[in-house]
Amino acid sequence: MKLTLHVWRQKNAASQGKMERYEVEANEHMSFLEMLDVLNEELIGKGQEPVAFDHDCREGICGSCGFVINGVAHGPMPGTTVCQLHMRHFKAGDELYLEPWRASAFPVVKDLVVDRGAFDRIIASGGYISASTGSAPDANAVPIPKKYADLSMDAAQCIGCGACVAACPNASASLFTSAKISHLGVLPQGEPERRERALRMVATATAEGFGNCTNIGECEAVCPKGIRLEFIARMNRDYIQASWLQRQESSAGGVG
Amino acid sequence: MSTATTALAGKAARDVRFLDSTIGKKVVMAITGVILVGFVIGHLLGNLQVYQGPHALDVYAEKLKSLPPLLWGTRIVLLISVGLHIWSAVTLAGLQKRARPVGYVKLKPVTSTYASRTMYWSGPILALFIVYHLLHFTTGQAHPQFVEGKVHQNLVLGFQNPLVSASYILAMLMLGMHLYHGVWSMFQTVGVNHPKYTPMLKKLAAAVSAFLVIGNISIPISVLAGVIK
Amino acid sequence: MELDAKIPSGPIEKKWDKAKFDYKLVNPANKRKYSVIVVGTGLAGGSAAATLGELGYNVKAFCFQDSPRRAHSIAAQGGINAAKNYQNDGDSVYRLFYDTVKGGDYRAREANVYRLAQLSVNIIDQCVAQGVPFAREYGGLLANRSFGGAQVSRTFYARGQTGQQLLLGCYQQLERQIDAGRVQMYPRTEMLDVIVIDGKARGIVVRDLISGAISSHLADAVILATGGYGNVFYLSTNAKGSNVTASWRAHKKGALFANPCFTQIHPTCIPVSGEYQSKLTLMSESLRNDGRIWVPVKKGDKRPASQIPEAERDYYLERRYPSFGNLVPRDVASRAAKAACDEGRGVGETGLGVYLDFADSIKRLGKKTIEERYGNLFEMYDRITGEDPYSVPMRIFPAIHYTMGGLWVDYNLQSTIPGLFVLGEANFSDHGANRLGASALMQGLADGYFVIPYTLGNYLASAKLDKVEATHQEVKRSEQCTNEQVKRLLGIKGKRTVDSFHRELGKLMWEYCGMARNAKGLKFAGAKIAELEQEFWQNVNVVGDGGELNQSLEKAGRVADFFELGKLMCHDALVREESCGGHFREEYQTPEGEALRRDDEFAYVSAWGYRGAGNQPELNKEPLSFEYVHLAQRSYK
Ligand SMILES: Cc1cc2nc3c(=O)[nH]c(=O)nc-3n(C[C@H](O)[C@H](O)[C@H](O)COP(=O)(O)OP(=O)(O)OC[C@H]3O[C@@H](n4cnc5c(N)ncnc54)[C@H](O)[C@@H]3O)c2cc1C
Ligand code: HEM
Ligand code: FES
Repeated sequence: MKLTLHVWRQKNAASQGKMERYEVEANEHMSFLEMLDVLNEELIGKGQEPVAFDHDCREGICGSCGFVINGVAHGPMPGTTVCQLHMRHFKAGDELYLEPWRASAFPVVKDLVVDRGAFDRIIASGGYISASTGSAPDANAVPIPKKYADLSMDAAQCIGCGACVAACPNASASLFTSAKISHLGVLPQGEPERRERALRMVATATAEGFGNCTNIGECEAVCPKGIRLEFIARMNRDYIQASWLQRQESSAGGVG
Repeated sequence: MSTATTALAGKAARDVRFLDSTIGKKVVMAITGVILVGFVIGHLLGNLQVYQGPHALDVYAEKLKSLPPLLWGTRIVLLISVGLHIWSAVTLAGLQKRARPVGYVKLKPVTSTYASRTMYWSGPILALFIVYHLLHFTTGQAHPQFVEGKVHQNLVLGFQNPLVSASYILAMLMLGMHLYHGVWSMFQTVGVNHPKYTPMLKKLAAAVSAFLVIGNISIPISVLAGVIK
Repeated sequence: MELDAKIPSGPIEKKWDKAKFDYKLVNPANKRKYSVIVVGTGLAGGSAAATLGELGYNVKAFCFQDSPRRAHSIAAQGGINAAKNYQNDGDSVYRLFYDTVKGGDYRAREANVYRLAQLSVNIIDQCVAQGVPFAREYGGLLANRSFGGAQVSRTFYARGQTGQQLLLGCYQQLERQIDAGRVQMYPRTEMLDVIVIDGKARGIVVRDLISGAISSHLADAVILATGGYGNVFYLSTNAKGSNVTASWRAHKKGALFANPCFTQIHPTCIPVSGEYQSKLTLMSESLRNDGRIWVPVKKGDKRPASQIPEAERDYYLERRYPSFGNLVPRDVASRAAKAACDEGRGVGETGLGVYLDFADSIKRLGKKTIEERYGNLFEMYDRITGEDPYSVPMRIFPAIHYTMGGLWVDYNLQSTIPGLFVLGEANFSDHGANRLGASALMQGLADGYFVIPYTLGNYLASAKLDKVEATHQEVKRSEQCTNEQVKRLLGIKGKRTVDSFHRELGKLMWEYCGMARNAKGLKFAGAKIAELEQEFWQNVNVVGDGGELNQSLEKAGRVADFFELGKLMCHDALVREESCGGHFREEYQTPEGEALRRDDEFAYVSAWGYRGAGNQPELNKEPLSFEYVHLAQRSYK
């Protein structure tokens, strides 16, 4: 099948980019990225620079891949990253617009590649349980009701691809941030730091330049892992509670 | 990334006061939103007395005026609410602009409603409307035939002008849209979301908006149709 | 070279304790004076960097992805083993040890494996404390399942995303240390050389993948945790970026490379569908718990599965291995599938596939139970193939999955270059000639969380480390070599793309150094690869320049190393005249077609030394002795 692609080409972070038009011959068994591989092989053959895009596992789990296809993050199939999207969902003659995630917190690095370091910094600000190696009690010491373990896992499935930010009209990172806050917050192990975590991560997301949430739900719709808006409500809850209950840390240390 | 990423630099940004945080501001919106929703519902219930004959509204207005603490108390709360509501809206809007300076060539919303995507339009339009509404029916500057205290007559004469009626109808549609998303959204904002209840809340939001729109719009239409004289 | 594995003396169950006591310690106040480089942020590197940061060392961590969270460990699906015996079904540290040595077909070092089994228990505790949401029973306790070849249920899992959850657990600990300023993280940075000064590893040369800048980082020790080299086959279940470059460049600087030909083929992958195919997708082995594998009895039977009656189906694993059935180890299952296809009984368009059928389990357990157990895997299969495994059997075929070989390390995980430690899949240590399912995650985390913090301390406390300056000639020389290679690749401006070379190399490797090997084929492939390599250096086309993000350039450097590795693998496979684990030499099989090990001659680790381009590598042998798990022919009948 012959396809027409309009791809965002931008040499580097500092330069201006623009949409370029290409034609490519694909077949229905290919994945979307394999179709781009074919395009790139052709471009290299002509001595032109191939289209840069992030990818690694090509199994929908590492979260490297992702761009906007015809206005939808990760393209038309729900619950599917671009690396798992197959060409059988397109037809000959389709015109496809490929654009990078757009957000000031995700500056374009080149073509369809963006810098998602802001996500790492949100995690660094509190998206963990402080459990240094060696300090753990027996794994079965604290039973966790299956319901909570499952809920935690639902949230923990986030692959950090950034589609939620890309799809959000406000470029908000709320779905991402709330997924981590929920993953850790519903577990007894995560309880001690639950409030502090919410305060720090939410503040960091804003400081990184992400927008605020207006509960629109585009993020949930494009999320390849089915992370739910419910987690944003949970984050808000934790945050509100934390703000009310926050107090100065006592500086008096233990017995020296 | 070319340089090592250390999060140290951003640490100062973590000490954010509640009202400076995005969630804090949204909570302000939600709380003031509840107050405003409560008010518009009460306001409509009061207005619907227009169907009880020419005197009902005037008597109602008279009664309100005879209770200055209630009247002014409500007005002050409303003024503060609108003020805070707008303050949060404006500051958050600034944040959004900065968050996505470059948009998409092609953009296709997947599930979001038109109402939810236009909150930052329907809101300001409502603000303009509120100003007009006050000048029109409360203080009279925008009403050529305004007579202090003759509420029913002011209303009928006002709405007999199709342009005026049209602007009210439009504003109420805006209100309906604003609340179709807003009434559900405020629950989500303060952290209420549960697979069991959220679908119900969404229905509630739709019902509240429908009630407000139909109820309010019926008045200018009835005037134009000659039902209310 | 005399290889000293530094195995502590004493009975096997006391060795690790003894070693830990004998190791020298670094005074807590002095730890911050030491700097450590960790290359790779998968389970092995991520856990090491985080833990060393917690201990107070100055750590610099590197990965080529845009975030440490995306290391290839993220893709592991099935689970992680641990000898917790929570199921009361007879498991123990000793049994896990025994199973691993036996499963590895007696080509692993007993002492390492025993330590691994011991530490497995701590790993689960650690991960739970970090918030890894393992599957649980209704009562709130941890759930387990049995996994490929094991007769006890010792595998812990988090839906079909165990690797992801374990990696996120250690990534979060890593980010915590980054925030605390104890770890400096360099994502999108590729290591291209090790700097060896006075015989010790003292730093690395890296290329910043965004700016193209080549620079050096110096430290007191270097840890490589750069994963496996399965991508030498082009098509594998590994992530596209997985490569051998870090290990290979260390090899060229003097680190021995052990058992390169020991590669694992995973029996349950989605078959190849065409020439453009860029990678293979694994379907978790846990599927074999409830799926039955079969092919038609008749050759060339092209009827759809549903129209083939029971009597005309050959459930060949159940037939040949009645006691293990569909759960035989990976190498056995893979070879049996290949045999069926070689007989012309393969299914699907290409004839390279066998059925994995859930119809019976769905009948027995109900669709809901199957959905609960494998829902996400079924969905993934459907997404890729467009077929619904609830109604038609899956088609599967073996694919390259894991590499047991890697840089040679001693008991302390130190390579033959002092100060260069190697963890995770990048080393050769624990799995012998075949790895059991759910044991790689265990090994990566054992190495990173629990072994390296001790052995590194011992090294730092005992080595005499002079300060090195960035101006040292060895630093300059390494940088220069790296720069030159980049220039050379960009300067060829030939006609073929990097991928086309890689694909051709992969085909040769799969054909001649894959599931079944023979002397003739291996010699042929070795020569062919050399030719291809020559063509590569004359005819590859890498467009763009070196001063920016250039994905073709990254690939070109990796493929260049794969050529050299490929030759070594063929050579290693040729010299190892026996069949063991993942290494099946057609000349060495029993009359029933099972692998024939030759312990008298080959019970050793082949550790190869680099002797310069064009020279035969040097073979060093580390003899293996089996004091606890007595040598026996594996039997899964
Ligand atoms: C599809 C799949 C499923 C699997 N399922 C299971 C399972 O269920 N159970 C199990 O036990 N095992 C499983 N395995 C095996 C297991 O996942 C891996 O062996 C293990 O995760 C390897 O971890 P690692 O830390 O050694 O390396 P990796 O996770 O591969 O990490 C390598 C790191 O090194 C970095 N790196 C590499 N080269 C360079 C360089 N030159 N410069 C800078 N950085 C570099 C990378 O960026 C990355 O951070 C599976 C493997 C695959 C492919
Ligand atoms: C009759 C008057 C009004 C009522 C009853 C009302 C009600 C509400 C409610 C209930 C919400 C939801 C709060 C939340 O999501 O947490 C809301 C949100 C909002 N309102 Fe209003 N509002 C009114 C007037 C206005 C005005 C005058 C403005 C504009 C300046 C405005 C702008 C907004 C904005 C921008 C939002 C945010 C949407 C979001 O973040 O989800 N509103 N309003
Ligand atoms: S490439 Fe890993 S998620 Fe798409």
